[in-house]
Amino acid sequence: KSSVQTIGEEQIQNPYTELIVLKGHQDIVRFLVQIDDCRFASAGDDGIVFLWNAQTGEKLFELHGHTQKITAIAPFSSPDTSEEKKHLILTASADRTVIVWDCTSGRQVQKVSCFHSTVKCLTVLQRLDVWLSGGSDLCVWNRKLDLLCKTSHLSDAGISALIELPKNCVAAAVGKELIIFRLIASNYGSEGWNILEVKRLVDHQDNILSLVNVNDLTFATGSHVGELIVWDALDWTEQASECNFWDSSVNPDAQTEIKLSQSPNETSVQHLTSDEECVFAAVGKGIYVYNLQMKRVIACQRTAHDSSVLHIEKLPNRQLISCSEDGSVRIWELREKQQLPPEPVPTGFFNMWGFGRANKQANQAAKKMQENTPMYFLELVGDLIGHSSAVQMFLYFDELGLATCSADHLIILWKDGARESRLRSLTLFQKLSQNGDLQLRS
Amino acid sequence: MISAPDVVAFTREEELEDELCSEPPLPEEYSVPLFPFASHGANPWAKVAGSKFTRDFILISEFSEQVGPQPLLTIPDDAKVSGTFDLNYFSLRIMSVDYQASFVGHPPGSAYPKLNFVEDSKVVLGDSKEGAFAYVHHLTLYDLEARGFVRPFCMAYISADEHKIMQQFQELSAEFSKASECLKTGNRKAFANELEKKLKDLDYTRTVLHNETEIQKKANDKGYYTTQAIEKANELASVEKSIIEHQDLLKQIRSYPYRKLKESEFHPYEPEAALDLAGTGCDQDPTTLDLVEPGPTHLYSHVPSYTPKLIKAKSAKCFDKKLKTLEELCDIYFFTQTLDQLHQIERTFRGDVCYLLTDQISRALLKQQSVTNFLFEDVSFLDEKPPEKQYRGCQELGQDAINRKCSEESPAPKVVISLGSYKSSVESVPIKMEQDLEDSPEPKMSESVTFEPQENLDYLDADIKGSISSGESIEVLGTEKSAGGLPKSESQGSLPVSPSPQAGRSRVGSRRTVSEDSIEVLSTCPSESLIPEDFKASYPSAINEEPYLDDDEDGGLRFTPTLNPGDADEREDLSQQESLAQVDSACCIGKESPNFLETELGQKPCDEEGVVRIPPQPSRPAEQGLRGTFGGFPSHDGISGGLLPCELDSRYPLGSRELSKSSLDECSDSTSYMSSAASTCSDRTPSPAHPACQGSERHKKKAGQNALRFIRQYPFAHPAIYSLLSGRTLVVLGEEENIVKKLVTALSIFVPNCGVYAKPVKHWVTSPLHVVDFQKWKLIGLQRTVSPAGVNVLHALSRYSRYISILDADSKTLRCPLYKGTVVSRLADHRTQIKRGSTYYMHVQSILTQLCSKAFLFTFCHHLHLPISEREPEESVAKRRMNFLKLQLGLANEDIKIVQYLAELLKLRYIQEPSQGGNPVLRFDYVPSFLYKI
Repeated sequence: KSSVQTIGEEQIQNPYTELIVLKGHQDIVRFLVQIDDCRFASAGDDGIVFLWNAQTGEKLFELHGHTQKITAIAPFSSPDTSEEKKHLILTASADRTVIVWDCTSGRQVQKVSCFHSTVKCLTVLQRLDVWLSGGSDLCVWNRKLDLLCKTSHLSDAGISALIELPKNCVAAAVGKELIIFRLIASNYGSEGWNILEVKRLVDHQDNILSLVNVNDLTFATGSHVGELIVWDALDWTEQASECNFWDSSVNPDAQTEIKLSQSPNETSVQHLTSDEECVFAAVGKGIYVYNLQMKRVIACQRTAHDSSVLHIEKLPNRQLISCSEDGSVRIWELREKQQLPPEPVPTGFFNMWGFGRANKQANQAAKKMQENTPMYFLELVGDLIGHSSAVQMFLYFDELGLATCSADHLIILWKDGARESRLRSLTLFQKLSQNGDLQLRS
Repeated sequence: MISAPDVVAFTREEELEDELCSEPPLPEEYSVPLFPFASHGANPWAKVAGSKFTRDFILISEFSEQVGPQPLLTIPDDAKVSGTFDLNYFSLRIMSVDYQASFVGHPPGSAYPKLNFVEDSKVVLGDSKEGAFAYVHHLTLYDLEARGFVRPFCMAYISADEHKIMQQFQELSAEFSKASECLKTGNRKAFANELEKKLKDLDYTRTVLHNETEIQKKANDKGYYTTQAIEKANELASVEKSIIEHQDLLKQIRSYPYRKLKESEFHPYEPEAALDLAGTGCDQDPTTLDLVEPGPTHLYSHVPSYTPKLIKAKSAKCFDKKLKTLEELCDIYFFTQTLDQLHQIERTFRGDVCYLLTDQISRALLKQQSVTNFLFEDVSFLDEKPPEKQYRGCQELGQDAINRKCSEESPAPKVVISLGSYKSSVESVPIKMEQDLEDSPEPKMSESVTFEPQENLDYLDADIKGSISSGESIEVLGTEKSAGGLPKSESQGSLPVSPSPQAGRSRVGSRRTVSEDSIEVLSTCPSESLIPEDFKASYPSAINEEPYLDDDEDGGLRFTPTLNPGDADEREDLSQQESLAQVDSACCIGKESPNFLETELGQKPCDEEGVVRIPPQPSRPAEQGLRGTFGGFPSHDGISGGLLPCELDSRYPLGSRELSKSSLDECSDSTSYMSSAASTCSDRTPSPAHPACQGSERHKKKAGQNALRFIRQYPFAHPAIYSLLSGRTLVVLGEEENIVKKLVTALSIFVPNCGVYAKPVKHWVTSPLHVVDFQKWKLIGLQRTVSPAGVNVLHALSRYSRYISILDADSKTLRCPLYKGTVVSRLADHRTQIKRGSTYYMHVQSILTQLCSKAFLFTFCHHLHLPISEREPEESVAKRRMNFLKLQLGLANEDIKIVQYLAELLKLRYIQEPSQGGNPVLRFDYVPSFLYKI
């Protein structure tokens, strides 16, 4: 009854053949943020921030300071120009505080607790060396945690998303509205800034859930009812919009089915990501690829997961990773239609226990792709099953692997088994020569 | 060992002939020379034809002072084991080689009883009559009611295989020493308890006597003493003396561990290094034992509060009393521990000697395989650290064995002590014993005393010295220290001895025959031979002297029980605890002296008037001249303890034969007075054998059997085993816990260890599995239920199906990846001829070891994993790697994955820093699974 594509057990292209489970959190882990090449931080509802080594899975620090769940996290590194790069992270919590942590020492650097509401988003404007906190109002802070300026009260619901735009502007999603603010240097000196509301965009019919920069000139927003709007970043005009992800023109084959099961949740744009050409949208259970040039959806996977897709990310190699409430992480590859997908291999999965996966035919969904409409399609190349609950987010570390965090309180580090094996051999021989074991002993 | 080569060979031939005749005749043309041992079930190892018993066993015997040598129990306790073997005869044999007839009892000339400390003796002997060879371990236990307070025992490991006894001598010795140490510790504890009770009895008796005396005194105001009064007074005095001597004994036995700790080589749990208290009055002829104390009839229930009994000075014939059994002699906990240890020994050493040797060698070799041995070897054995020398020893012995095999006639290794010297030593001992044991009752009374600690210390020192030297005079397989102690004993022996009238007589009585054939004593340090025989013979009491000398050196006998505060406290308790309950007492005081026994209660005043003189005082003119006065006696007690019984014999003023005897008896009492620490026994609890080893041995056997059954029963055993070997978690699913656990046990032998810790096997789980479990466990028994929770369990299984293979024990299905390799089919051939679990286990181990060595090679070949030159692409390395696996190691298909997985484990283990635990890594493959059905 479900049309979720499955890949089966043989996944030749899936490099992740090794995993490390990182335990520490006592509640849902919602955020992962990369600190540098081999470290990342995790945070969640237990209010604890953990720092991890992405290579070994070693727990570096356990940062306690928040009394309630963490609502936002952002890396806050000093500019590259400074002699010694200092890695800091900002965390905001439902206890209405923001804490700055030093990732090297694992200590709390400073704490701000003068907020009137929970800070729901944090953005660092590296260029201006300031950071912004968004709650019911928008505050601008400098590195020393001095409050530079703030807006008036915007809404009780608060700012749900915040991105930086060119020309010292920021876009803030407040409910259905998208508000553009501009930071203006105050007359007194370089440290002083004022913030001004420049424009209010009210094109969305429902709450804006996702807000993403596409490139210097464009950004995109997605709303709860499935509207995707691409904006011009300079003059804040609507470049294109797509609001019919379930439209028959996009996916005529699945039309009847879609109509039956339509609900706001099915169509809400949970997350957006992009590369230079495309915006990738996690809409309900599906993934859609919207091409900016063609201004249309070029590929989609209507039911990429069994339930809502929470996070998607584009990898450099035309691959896309998505994670979902169903606890799985899937790896997709965007392929052109011309090259036919390889014949799916029977998985040999037998349903021994009187139930199991309802969909036994792998790649059924892939074949469903219409020849005429999109020129591309998303091919499932691998799935990662490890979490027992919703996978909230993941962090792609390129060679080091993939970190996923979940509502089951775990973080799993997925690694390329072949690479790890090689690395271990390398370490082994290094250690051997250290110990002098390589020398022949008489 | 057995110098009589006849032992085995002849009987065997007879039997052989018989059996060969019974075979059906074969036509001439087909006849092939028969394998000489074919008749024994075609088992070339079944060569122990000459013996009258089927398998090795352990025999515990006692040299009973009543009936002579007698077997007590065998391990295993099964009549079939010993078969027609004559246990009585053999008991006689093994008890007759007990060398350690060293002094126990009251040294003549010393004022108080002393204990000797003799190491257990270890002897190998053979017996052609029974076709048996034995490792014999002699030890002595303390028994308040026994003559000289000691009971000689021996434990013998009896085997038909001479080589086994010889080659495993060190191991046997080590193991039996443990058992012995355990037994003796328990015995000391029990002995201390017994002493405490006896002391309470005595104390109580004294009170009663005292009261009676008082009454008499009041009743009798005529100004002269009636015979009754005098007797009463004598009795009172004897009780008091007895109290002091018992206190001394108690102190000795309690201070035993401290004494031991002073020994530089003393290791509390290494019995071999330990000198033990060994009273050795063992070889007395039963007929001379007319003076033995009657055994107390009061039974010791282990109730903390003990009700003292009145000790009646009534003698009982020694044959009337029942000697305590071995079990009664020892604290029950230690007794069972000892039995466990002995069972363990029996289990360890039974079977063919070649198996034992192979096992030892392979263990030693495995220990060297530090890189790979963790994979499939027993964790427990890797942890244990037996002394290095043991292996060496076994090697030596092995070589020894080889040599001997080359020339069967070659004499026994090590030092052979001449029979003559041996005999003489045996002879000399009983003499001393006699003396000491002459009179058992404690006729003197003494008041409870205050003791001075520092003197006590002195005493202890002296005691140690004395004990060492005396114990070592005859040392079989002696340790180094015995040699060191030797000169001292000699010198002491030459010192003047106070003549003891009984010496001659006792010598006669103690004679005994030593069986002539084939007693060989392995001795690295034949201290015996260093002592001139003549000397020994002529100074039978030489050893007795030592304690006396010590006392001299230390300035006297004054010792006090307060070596440590604890002791003092206990002592106080003791004296305060007496209650007035009247009990009949079997412990008699001086049975041989009817006067005492029948005396009415004496009067105290008479004591003061010096009517009754206290025996010990006059004996020691030099240091203790003052003691002689009666009035002074009570006050002296504290110091000298009235323990100069030797002198009593000859010089006791009253001079009555009985009296002297009784005083002698007292001496003997105090002689065996041992200070072992009842209170500290618990800390010294010998470790209970090797429970781990034992358990694992059983586990191996059981697992082997189950595994055999599994591979015969399930045609898809191969892929299941492959899953385990390649690190894919195998879940055994089933409703019934027993079945699942059995399967898990069976399969556990195929699971490689991931680290130093226990095998990653979980026998029974009822909750849904998670990815963490697969990281931790490689073999899981899982409960299948019909409840909603069960649905969750199954759901989790299907969700994580890519990480696991599932063996359904109920529907007999297996879902796992395909296996097409060859290794597993060798490992688990369902047509295998192997029938026994342990054999199969060893078969599995051998193949797994082979795999390990391949994995080792693969892991540590540099170029297989790293490029030769910097520019070399990874692909060519990978190709080289595959070539190596396929061509060099000869692995096919999935076997490669096994070796790769093992290699990965090796790497992880090698590079893992000991400090950091390291996150366990779950490795897996994306491979399709298949469903197998029966």
